[in-house]
Amino acid sequence: MISYALRRLLSIVPTLLLVATTVFVLVRLVPGGPFDQERAVPIEVERALNAKYHLDDPVLTQYGDWLWALITRADLGPTFKYPNRTVNEIIALSLPVSMQLGSLAMIFALAVGVPLGVIGAVRQNTWKDTAAMAAAMVGVSVPRFVLAPLLILVFSLNLYLFPVARWETWRHMVLPVICAGLPMAAYIARLTRGGMLEVIRSDFIRTARAKGLSERQVILRHALRGGMLPVVSYLGPGFSSLLVGSLVVEKIFNIPGMGRYFVEAAMNRDYNLVMGVMLVYGCLLMLFNAVVDVAYAFIDPRVELR
Amino acid sequence: MALGGGERRPVRLGQLEEGSSLWQDAWRRLRKNRAAVVAGALLVALLVACVIVPEWSAWRYDKADLKLGATPPSWQHWMGTDFFGRDLMARVFFGGRVSFAVGIVSTLVSFTIGVSWGGIAGYFGGKVDAIMMRVVDALYTFPFLILVILLMVFFANDRTFLYRGFKAGLGVFVADPGDPSYFPIFQILIVFGALGAISWLTMARIVRGQVIALRGQPFVEAARSIGVGHAALIFRHLIPNAIGPIIVYTTLTIPEVMMTEAFLSFLGLGTQEPLSSWGLLASSGADTMDLYPWQLMFPALMLALTLISFNFLGDGLRDALDPRIRKD
Repeated sequence: MISYALRRLLSIVPTLLLVATTVFVLVRLVPGGPFDQERAVPIEVERALNAKYHLDDPVLTQYGDWLWALITRADLGPTFKYPNRTVNEIIALSLPVSMQLGSLAMIFALAVGVPLGVIGAVRQNTWKDTAAMAAAMVGVSVPRFVLAPLLILVFSLNLYLFPVARWETWRHMVLPVICAGLPMAAYIARLTRGGMLEVIRSDFIRTARAKGLSERQVILRHALRGGMLPVVSYLGPGFSSLLVGSLVVEKIFNIPGMGRYFVEAAMNRDYNLVMGVMLVYGCLLMLFNAVVDVAYAFIDPRVELR
Repeated sequence: MALGGGERRPVRLGQLEEGSSLWQDAWRRLRKNRAAVVAGALLVALLVACVIVPEWSAWRYDKADLKLGATPPSWQHWMGTDFFGRDLMARVFFGGRVSFAVGIVSTLVSFTIGVSWGGIAGYFGGKVDAIMMRVVDALYTFPFLILVILLMVFFANDRTFLYRGFKAGLGVFVADPGDPSYFPIFQILIVFGALGAISWLTMARIVRGQVIALRGQPFVEAARSIGVGHAALIFRHLIPNAIGPIIVYTTLTIPEVMMTEAFLSFLGLGTQEPLSSWGLLASSGADTMDLYPWQLMFPALMLALTLISFNFLGDGLRDALDPRIRKD
């Protein structure tokens, strides 16, 4: 078990290197550099800037230097557009905010989605099921950037319950978390219902009922464990869609997370910042997937670890 | 799946073996699913409206009237006008064209790649299958949308490169290939080719599973014995037999891609002004929703209606065409 988990974690390293290289190549292939846009800088200034940041070195040297700094000192280099700040500093400030948003959204999604799906499955083909699944369908179909303005319109601008933007007290967090988590909750509800329906018909549930367990115990202690498997395997892709969704949520609610820097940095050709954010994203995602894989093995006794 | 009709009818095996009776059976089941029927009708209506309204409307989607400015819905402008005095209804339905076009083009790309990939992996099995599906697994968890965003940002700023290609290649398509107003739509189509190229993963998995289940059947053996080659076996014999799940999943891919287009446009990376798409309209509507809420409501409503309809239709088709495959 432990050796499986360790091997799974180690397998991240080569993939991460591949991601780093791909992004590096991609960023440099694209025409335009960080200092040749918007206001025209005199050519001497541009040259001096390029020299300062070693952008006039051969590309391979740049790649080597960047990778060396990353591996030996965990140093992602300076940013080009925020003078006197390093990529590390920006990530150190924004990553915790994004993590907060992401984990709260995921908790919210599970807390709403799983019960909804269980109700749908246990009360299959009743009005409760229909209502839960219709709500889930709407939740899956309404994009986050439509949801967010609606939430703001109702709860901030009319009811004055929550602030419109920023990330300070818990009141600031309510709307962004709902907005980021709701589509995921809807998807989880559908998956839970499907998984539960399948499990409820299986033999071991009949056995559990036959030995006289209460319906509540049958559902919560036996069926839920099996019915959650599709949900667990969705968490990986779900996390990745949450990552993408956070770009929108952070933009709308003006949250100082990483997503906001990403698009901006790409537009500004801020090579180091783009690569840094991509690497953090990749790292988070792969770590999360590794954890999900190991957790899956824990939950499902049929999975053999190789 | 329980919505509307609400009935889960077990399929007798005999019904599945005859092709024609499968379709009749599916059609009958689909018609009983009220939600799916309503969704399908709504989609057809929306599609027709998107084709007709921009043509017949008295207003052009890009005709500005700065003196008029933003007005609420009225008899002249049923959905009101935007900040530049452009008729919102014309813009919404023109945007619908863009959204539908993007959904269909990308889905076609993803369909082609996914079906071929899954078909080949499932047919050959063994090492080929292991390697091909490992690639799918690896791609599955990576947020490729982020890479697409990166590409969009880069190419949005570099028009000359793509533009020359279009001018040379697509002269047939447009009256005047030099007309720069055609550029944005080409840019979108290219990107959604790219989006389709990365959203084929689930399709590949589904097709592979179907092909593996089918390849041991006698009709495959029979075809092979009369000398049918690999390619013909996969694409003429195996895949047509797996068409049910393929249709279902295609229906579910379209809204996914449309949502992605809207998402990119919302970030300012997809459709560009003066063209319109639902994502773009919702984005500018969201900026001014406290002053002109109708500018957000109409495009958002259309987008949500379309996506919900596609999803209901897809679910209905799934129950009708192949009750065996599990939901999601």
